[in-house]
Amino acid sequence: MILDSLRDAMTANGLIVAFVFVGVLVWLSYLLSNRLTMGRIHGSAVAITAGLILAYIGGRLTGGSQGLADFSLLAGVGVMGGAMFRDFAIVATAFGANLDALKRAGFVGAASVFLGVILSFVTGAIVAVAFGYTDAISISTIGAGAATYIVGPVTGTALGAESDVIALSVAAGLTKSVLVMIGTPMVAKRIGLNTPHAALIYGGLMGTTSGVAGGLAATDPKLVPYGAMTATFYTGVGCLLAPSVLYLIVRALV
Amino acid sequence: MVIYGVALLSFCMLVGIFVGDLIGDLIGAQANVGGVGIAMLLLIVLTSLSKKEFQLSPPTQGGISFWSAMYIPIVVAMAAKQNVVAALSGGWMAIIAGVAAVAVSFAVLPLLDKVHIGEGDQDDS
Repeated sequence: MILDSLRDAMTANGLIVAFVFVGVLVWLSYLLSNRLTMGRIHGSAVAITAGLILAYIGGRLTGGSQGLADFSLLAGVGVMGGAMFRDFAIVATAFGANLDALKRAGFVGAASVFLGVILSFVTGAIVAVAFGYTDAISISTIGAGAATYIVGPVTGTALGAESDVIALSVAAGLTKSVLVMIGTPMVAKRIGLNTPHAALIYGGLMGTTSGVAGGLAATDPKLVPYGAMTATFYTGVGCLLAPSVLYLIVRALV
Repeated sequence: MVIYGVALLSFCMLVGIFVGDLIGDLIGAQANVGGVGIAMLLLIVLTSLSKKEFQLSPPTQGGISFWSAMYIPIVVAMAAKQNVVAALSGGWMAIIAGVAAVAVSFAVLPLLDKVHIGEGDQDDS
């Protein structure tokens, strides 16, 4: 009976449960970061990685597509981590961002978005060809998936790709997003990701909003607004270029 | 009042998303083009404008900075709801395509970072 009312209280207040859950997860992560790595691996990097591992476990146990949020008791995590709150918090990070830094990197930031879409598309397309795909539609869809997991299905649907190819393009985009979250803090120093200028370019090159959001949060929260700013243009540009110009180029080549 | 900050932030986000959707429709991209980025620019412009015109009171600022501070916890929740199983079960091709795209992009960053067009003498950016 007590358990029943506890469960009712938790399911009726999902978002509040998520606040407690994430609070505890972040606290444990910072504890681990300080005790085990002496703070060398940032607490938020530990927390994000822990979130991804829990998402994997949740997906395995429930068979759903929402990670941990597929457990009914933790459905609020899906609300808290959904696109609405994510974008709201990203916009809020712009408060106090340096307008001059944005202006200075304006051109190269915009160029990085186009370059990023094309680079990822070409890389994904080459991998698709290496794995034996020969039709322009499949190659383009997988290339688009290597841009983001939204560009992939949008392109595949527009071109009329097979559903298994579309699923592959989503998987490629998800892999990219997860890897950007985990990998960014590891390579940040080596690639010089420590200025607003570099962060703007980084956002444009990577493009995956969730990947960039997670990657920069774990590297240096001060850089978040700059990377997020350019990343938000990436999916739109990708959805524009991949099913049109880029597809036509692929079709001319194969 | 805290709500003024939250309302300003919300207003910026709604305008941004709306404009981003419009741009997407106009160019036929089937997606929101830069909605969040436009919202961020709007917030920066409005808050720096008001520094000269009228001061945002500390509670009003708090309404915005609270959500800025909630950014990392929200990203942690976002990580916890990713479809990691699908990412890993797409087979080697999907994983290699994703990893290669990230590796290439990381590799290009230092090269692009050296480009400083429009800085100093020329401000056409």
